[in-house]
Amino acid sequence: MNSSTVDVRTAPDPVTATPGERARSVPAPTPFRRVLNVELRKMFDTRSGYWLMVSIVGLSILATAAVIVFAPDDEITYESFATAIGFPMSIILPMIAILAVTSEWSQRSGLTTFTLVPSRGRVIGAKATATFLVGLVSMVVAFAVGALGNLVGSALLGADTVWNISFETVPQIVLGNLVGMAIGFTLGVVLRNSPAAIVGYFVVSLVLPGILLLLAQVRDWFEDLQPWIDWNYTQVNLFDGATDTAREWAMLGTTSAIWIVFPLIVGVWFLRRSEVK
Amino acid sequence: MITVESLTKTYGSFTAVDDVSFTAQPGRVTGFLGPNGAGKSTTMRVMVGLTAPGAGEVRVLGRRFKDLPDPGREVGVLLDASAQHAGRTGREILTIAALTMGLPRTRVDEMLERVSLTPDEASRRVRNYSLGMRQRLGIGTALLGNPQVLILDEPANGLDPAGIRWMRDLLRGFADDGGTVLLSSHLLHEIEVIADDIVVIGNGRIVAQGTKDELLAGAGTLVRSTDGVALATALTAAGITARPTSGGAVLAEAELARVGQAAFAAGIPVTELRAAEGAGLEEMFLSLTAESQRDVTSHTDPEGAAA
Amino acid sequence: MSTATLTTQDTAPVTARRTDVRPAPAPTPFRRVVNVELRKMFDTRSGFWLMASIVIASVIATGLTIILGDREDLTFDSFAASVGSPMSIVLPIIGVLAVTSEWSQRTALTTFTLVPSRRRVLGAKLLNALAIGAVSMVVALGVGALGNLVTAAINGTDPVWDIASSTFAQIVLANELGMLLGFALGLLFRNSPAAIVGYFVINLVLPGLSGALGAAQAWWADNAGWFDLNQTRFLLFDSTLSGQEWVQLGLTSALWIALPLAIGLRLVLRSEVK
Repeated sequence: MNSSTVDVRTAPDPVTATPGERARSVPAPTPFRRVLNVELRKMFDTRSGYWLMVSIVGLSILATAAVIVFAPDDEITYESFATAIGFPMSIILPMIAILAVTSEWSQRSGLTTFTLVPSRGRVIGAKATATFLVGLVSMVVAFAVGALGNLVGSALLGADTVWNISFETVPQIVLGNLVGMAIGFTLGVVLRNSPAAIVGYFVVSLVLPGILLLLAQVRDWFEDLQPWIDWNYTQVNLFDGATDTAREWAMLGTTSAIWIVFPLIVGVWFLRRSEVK
Repeated sequence: MITVESLTKTYGSFTAVDDVSFTAQPGRVTGFLGPNGAGKSTTMRVMVGLTAPGAGEVRVLGRRFKDLPDPGREVGVLLDASAQHAGRTGREILTIAALTMGLPRTRVDEMLERVSLTPDEASRRVRNYSLGMRQRLGIGTALLGNPQVLILDEPANGLDPAGIRWMRDLLRGFADDGGTVLLSSHLLHEIEVIADDIVVIGNGRIVAQGTKDELLAGAGTLVRSTDGVALATALTAAGITARPTSGGAVLAEAELARVGQAAFAAGIPVTELRAAEGAGLEEMFLSLTAESQRDVTSHTDPEGAAA
Repeated sequence: MSTATLTTQDTAPVTARRTDVRPAPAPTPFRRVVNVELRKMFDTRSGFWLMASIVIASVIATGLTIILGDREDLTFDSFAASVGSPMSIVLPIIGVLAVTSEWSQRTALTTFTLVPSRRRVLGAKLLNALAIGAVSMVVALGVGALGNLVTAAINGTDPVWDIASSTFAQIVLANELGMLLGFALGLLFRNSPAAIVGYFVINLVLPGLSGALGAAQAWWADNAGWFDLNQTRFLLFDSTLSGQEWVQLGLTSALWIALPLAIGLRLVLRSEVK
């Protein structure tokens, strides 16, 4: 069979051929702002992305309406509305964060994304920034819808509008939601698979707390340790606006390091070396 | 220009690409030819940084792909036309590519027209695209940044005959304009029609490379009879170096008249007698295909000859 | 070349006759479809690990119970509860993916051309899902029983077997219902992420919402059992159900499982497979 090999290795000398190259100036490097802009757009431009975004507004309104209809009169307060809206937010926002990352793999659009911007770290950075921005804007929308609900609810009741969330609490609630998004984003980077990351998120956010709580109840040594490793514990504190002392911030720091920073670093390390197919 | 130097990529004990070196020159179309699973796609993925090489290096326009400042403006890539978010419209896919490259939106409409996607088709979601439409969209994405180099993996897949013709003309024009084109194919005929230079890969190794003329020039005569082995024996007896291939065909290293004479003298009826233009390449390619044991070829009918 | 092609047409009748003579093959038996669908649940890497995770999760849950629980008080009931918790997540996900993977991985194109009756394919999938659910529960409780024995050996006491076979059956039923819910959502959405989110919302989020509503509205607190699937389904895990509770379970299952299953089935039977 080898005798059939036609071997005519007389490729033209590369140097002599180079003049044929069109003389062109090298383009400017892709600025980060452009990558960010594109990644932001990609979160909205599919039907599923669009409906996820719409559902933020839709569910905020639904939750607000539910409070007006079902809550007892003395609980028509801003806190009730914020809590009710926070519920769907705490699920949708992490899903948005997960899908922002995993869709590049599950839909294989990563082939185009990473050939147009070969630095995967920059793409992931842009995605993280875009996710962060979407989270911030969603929270503003959620608070606004809640405020509107509070005004409408108290007007229907003919009572005074109760604004019982302090301005110090608001940033903590926003931060709490961003923590949830960061957990989702991290799972997306580590697992790079939509179903797995979604299951993962529900497990660490809804199943794990129960287990850790149980553990804290039966084992004394864990009771003191729990706030330092249970990210839900520190997130709930944020939602309650109860992260005040340096110690509590330190707890938030360690849970974030364990559940977000460390896995994210490992995940990005693998992601940058993985084969995109 | 694309320079591949001693590229090797292994997966466990399997060597997908084995010490591959070649150059794709500007102003020329380089055909990357090989049977299914020969390592073409892996080589191309390494080229554009989607797969890390095990050893060796690829330089595009003198730089590693990841060092290109804005790759879309210099290198157009189409690896898999189906690898797109199915929920985006064709126009949206070109728009996000244009935004990434910092191109004006008008470029999107220009490109849709250039790849013959109607506004109606462009506003449909890719989920509902035929393979040919996806291929056109992919070629559009590759051309969008007005690059100097094109890297296309099986771009003719799914295109209709008119589409294949359109793509050929497009690539020819691109190369004549001084651009570098590297396209892969498993069809010899397709490569024959479009390429100036050919690189043949089989089982991860380069088995032949050179200009098309050199490779196809393969001297000698192809002669066919009902019994190829007997014919080859007879020719050898007549002092001609001859090698039976398949389907009763024999490759003989002598000019037409002398081979015909020898066959006549031996009393063997000849069913075909012609200059073996490219037959060597054809045979080599078929034997490569046979080695990969996907098909057992019983007849020398090159896949491309039917097209 | 072209002459060669023309001459072969002389032999064409031979091939034509062959198709005439061939007997129609026997219809694909349902058993074969079931077999193939069962195999398809294991033969991918994700499928394999999902199945493996049933055993792994049971072992981890049992291990954690032994290590972290108060060993003196551990009975079979404790182990059954701890292995049941991961099962209530893994099994419905298996139910979801059994359906959605046909669409997300586009294997439906092959599946429904080889067996055009989608009803039969889905029936086979459902049967397999339920069978896997039952086997998984036996495996999980088996691992739990092993844990109970180990604990007894460590304590040097007799193992306590405090689960009646009726409770055992109830636990299996509860998990099969969860699996059915996942299956129904898979049919309804035909999209893995959406169906999975849907399952977790119904299973883990709605109970909280229902609780909050019950706290605010006395009427809901009294009557939620007629609407909220989880109320009666969760009762299956640890108590004996009254006649009314069984009726509630039936009603809520019809509302949350049978209805989406019927709608999803209708959608699948009519949808275009792409």
